Amino acid sequence: MNMDAAFKALADPTRRGILDNLRARNGQTLGELCERISMTRQAVAKHLAILEAANLVAAQKQGREKLHYLNPVPINEIAERWIVKFERGRLRALSDLKNKLEREGQ
Amino acid sequence: MSSKFVYVTYIRTTPEKLWEALIRPEFTRSYWYGMRQDCDWQSGSPWQLVFSDNSVADAGKVLEIDPPRRLVLSWRNEFRPELKTEGHSRATLELEPNGDTVKLTVTHEIDQDGSKLIEAVSGGWPLVLSSLKSLLETGKALPGSDRRRTKA
Repeated sequence: MNMDAAFKALADPTRRGILDNLRARNGQTLGELCERISMTRQAVAKHLAILEAANLVAAQKQGREKLHYLNPVPINEIAERWIVKFERGRLRALSDLKNKLEREGQ
Repeated sequence: MSSKFVYVTYIRTTPEKLWEALIRPEFTRSYWYGMRQDCDWQSGSPWQLVFSDNSVADAGKVLEIDPPRRLVLSWRNEFRPELKTEGHSRATLELEPNGDTVKLTVTHEIDQDGSKLIEAVSGGWPLVLSSLKSLLETGKALPGSDRRRTKA
């Protein structure tokens, strides 16, 4: 599981959209994900395979269904590599401020 | 309905070493916010996750244990009343050899929609797992993950 695979997987907006989708509702089947993304089933399956290979999505079988879960561990590793612990609080304060201002601007 | 997350990490080590690191207090203290587990690691035995000041963070029992492959714990929060009322969740740790690494899968679930307990533990596990990986692969836990966490 190298970081290259995670960065490549994250470089695509559709794949980031799939992760957003799983973050909103964890544990979806391919069919459920397809309902939310206007793409062919084959295209979504291909993107999911790339996310799984990068360990950003973990799949588990439940009965006959395969459920997909967001796996944030590689993203955490990226963050840990470049963000020193004591900076985290300040960065969070900055991102809270940005979110707040951008919401107000809408 | 239920709340559940699945976290996966690959660690360059052996299942035996990873198993030791997951249960032994001298390891967990360095990557799990200074916490330790109190347990005799027998099926059915009580299990507790204990802060460095000896207060209990979470408690339950060992539902299944198969070293160095599988550990299933029942897990209830003991220090935040709003989480404690949700009752027992289930944490499953699975270790599978994968080339020169071990695939560690952590599943944490509760039979309840929109669980606050699952939300709370889902924030803690990624740092614990990244730090555990760093400890086993480099001999050093991540800075901050050894910082003692207490109820406050």
